[in-house]
Amino acid sequence: MTPTEMRAAAPDRPRARPLLRRFVESRNGLGFLFMLPAAVFLICFLTYPLGLGVWLGFTDTTIGRPGVFVGLENYAWLFDDPVFLLAVFNTVLYTTVASVLKFALGLWLALILNERLPFKTFFRAIVLLPWVVPTVLSALAFWWIYDSQFSIISHVLMNWGWIDAPINFLGDPGAARASVIAANVWRGIPFVAISLLAGLQTIPQSLNEAAVLDGATAWQRFTKITLPLLTPIIAVVMTFSVLFTFTDFQLIYVLTRGGPVNATHLMATLSFQRAIPGGQLGEGAAIAVAMIPFLLAAILFSFFGLQRRKWQQGGQD
Amino acid sequence: MRRRDLLKSTAGFAAAASLGGFGTRALAQEMPTFTPEEGASLRLLRWVPFVAGEEEAWNTNTAAFTEATGVQVQIDQESWEDVRPKAAVAANVGSGPDMVMSWFDDPFQYPDKLVDVTDLCTALGERDGGWYEGVKAYATQGDRFIAVPLCAIGNAICYRDSHMQAAGFNEFPTDTAGFLELCKAMQANGTPAGFPHGKAVGDGNNYAHWLLWSHGGMTVDENGQVAIDSPETRAAIEYAKQLYATFIPGTESWLDINNNRAFLAGEISLTANGVSLYYAAKKDAALAEIAEDLRTTNLPVGPVGESVELHQTSTLNIFQHTQYPNAAKAYVAWMFEPDNFNRWIEGASAYCCQPLKRYESNPVWSSNPIHVPYSKASASLRPNGYAGPLGPASAGVMADYVLVDMFAEAVTGQRSTDDAIANAARRIERYYRS
Repeated sequence: MTPTEMRAAAPDRPRARPLLRRFVESRNGLGFLFMLPAAVFLICFLTYPLGLGVWLGFTDTTIGRPGVFVGLENYAWLFDDPVFLLAVFNTVLYTTVASVLKFALGLWLALILNERLPFKTFFRAIVLLPWVVPTVLSALAFWWIYDSQFSIISHVLMNWGWIDAPINFLGDPGAARASVIAANVWRGIPFVAISLLAGLQTIPQSLNEAAVLDGATAWQRFTKITLPLLTPIIAVVMTFSVLFTFTDFQLIYVLTRGGPVNATHLMATLSFQRAIPGGQLGEGAAIAVAMIPFLLAAILFSFFGLQRRKWQQGGQD
Repeated sequence: MRRRDLLKSTAGFAAAASLGGFGTRALAQEMPTFTPEEGASLRLLRWVPFVAGEEEAWNTNTAAFTEATGVQVQIDQESWEDVRPKAAVAANVGSGPDMVMSWFDDPFQYPDKLVDVTDLCTALGERDGGWYEGVKAYATQGDRFIAVPLCAIGNAICYRDSHMQAAGFNEFPTDTAGFLELCKAMQANGTPAGFPHGKAVGDGNNYAHWLLWSHGGMTVDENGQVAIDSPETRAAIEYAKQLYATFIPGTESWLDINNNRAFLAGEISLTANGVSLYYAAKKDAALAEIAEDLRTTNLPVGPVGESVELHQTSTLNIFQHTQYPNAAKAYVAWMFEPDNFNRWIEGASAYCCQPLKRYESNPVWSSNPIHVPYSKASASLRPNGYAGPLGPASAGVMADYVLVDMFAEAVTGQRSTDDAIANAARRIERYYRS
């Protein structure tokens, strides 16, 4: 039938079901309806704020004054701003070093906890503590631990006669970076360890037993069985860990506010400093938006680099 | 504001004065009267009080206002760093509190969203000995008052008298050169000074602005053109380097509380702070010795030849979105009734320095010699962003720690003096663009 014939034939057909009913009874329509709440939720609380943030980054909005579109002016300024570039460097350094340490120590801890230990459950619960304590509280504790006059570490070392003066934990740029990374690692290890422990327990014991019978050493079993089978969970855990670390805010805000002389300013803290107390919403949004490419890169790396591979199911890559 | 709402009759005021106290009736004809609108109620957003006595006095005055006028006043408190964004949003969206007790340049972030209070403030100034220039500048645009100056939160040197004497000084030096000598001598004695070079919002900015201004430096000139690159700034930085060399190690990581902690632990013997340091020592029996030995004085005068400091300052702003501008003005006028205002200043036990010269004679200043330097805060106060106009740019430069960073970069040797100035100039330029 041509379209003309169809239109001509239409009046002779039985009366069509009401539109709504047809819509609800169709497979796609119903699916759409069920999806709608989630879609509305995502659009209102994720897409809209993200879109607004991206838009703000292209304007010179300040708190209390709507801005005008300025194109890439914010970004041009930022990429010429030593403080911002330092914050990018700090953020990448902070994320890389802290994530590697958290992964290594977390995996080690998971392997230990996976062994037959006395009081296993007790230890597993204890390990979670740093993760359970609210970040601000543990950050405040670290603030005292790192205090330039009252540090417990300096105090003990001075009593032992190892050092003469308190360590300038948060005053020297290098020491300050190391200190905040150490605090972040302390806090992040439990998440990695417990997640990897869960992954370890999904590895069938029979594989290890078979390998033992074949004469494989412990190291061979770790590299040939445990690690490959753990890769998918490592990918997920490390993606989350990298994201948490990259967007860290509370720890820095409590410990240093980005000092000394911006040596520990992360993109998140600089964004806040410029946008809220500083009132430069446009520039703050631009800094936040500048974090997105790094985050996307981290996600893509772990998803495509570490996800389940064909060889894990017996195929070839 | 609607002029016809403004009743010049004195009857209402006289009634209020009879409830409020003494001494004002004779002057009443000079004060405009504000009759609250029918059924008015008010919401005030204020910073969390530093001392209980201040809050009590403010609330007592408010309760008396409600009793006299029937206007309910709801007081919301926000931590002092959160007042700025909240007030800006309220101004922007046109709802929320009717009044805000805000910090520093806030009225200039949204000047056209505020009720003109020139009538009220002019009358208050005439009645009560005049406004101090510095606090007045934070509230006036041209010859209009866009806000009511409320107070300055004073900053002063706190030092250990015995340690100063042990360093060979009988009197505290009043100029920057003598001050440097004192700090050197105190360091040699193992009782060093310490001023924050870290991101200390209050103390760090106070110290950095004093360094710059006492040497005649300025961030921008009268027209808002960047003027940081000057011989005066260089002199300030060179001076800061010499001072820094005498400090206890670690001041580049100090936030607002660190100097208090170090002083109370006897680690440092000289710093600058609000009067809270003294009260922290006084309240703790274990620190009686420090409280006894503690003295206060104003920061020394530099080459510029006069006492200039940033301090912290607060204004009362009435938003145009309020339905009850007259009730709001009546409330402010009530709080500034001499009896009420004296009660408030006294309750604040030297935290809050008066904006009007009449209150120099408030008993709080003579009750304790420790308080005396804080009574001069409003007189030595110089507006942020000197010598340029107040506004989002001056506020942004301070919030972004531009001056704090400049001095910290130079004194720690992370940048040369010239590079630190150049970097600060770039950042200031950015805020003052357009």
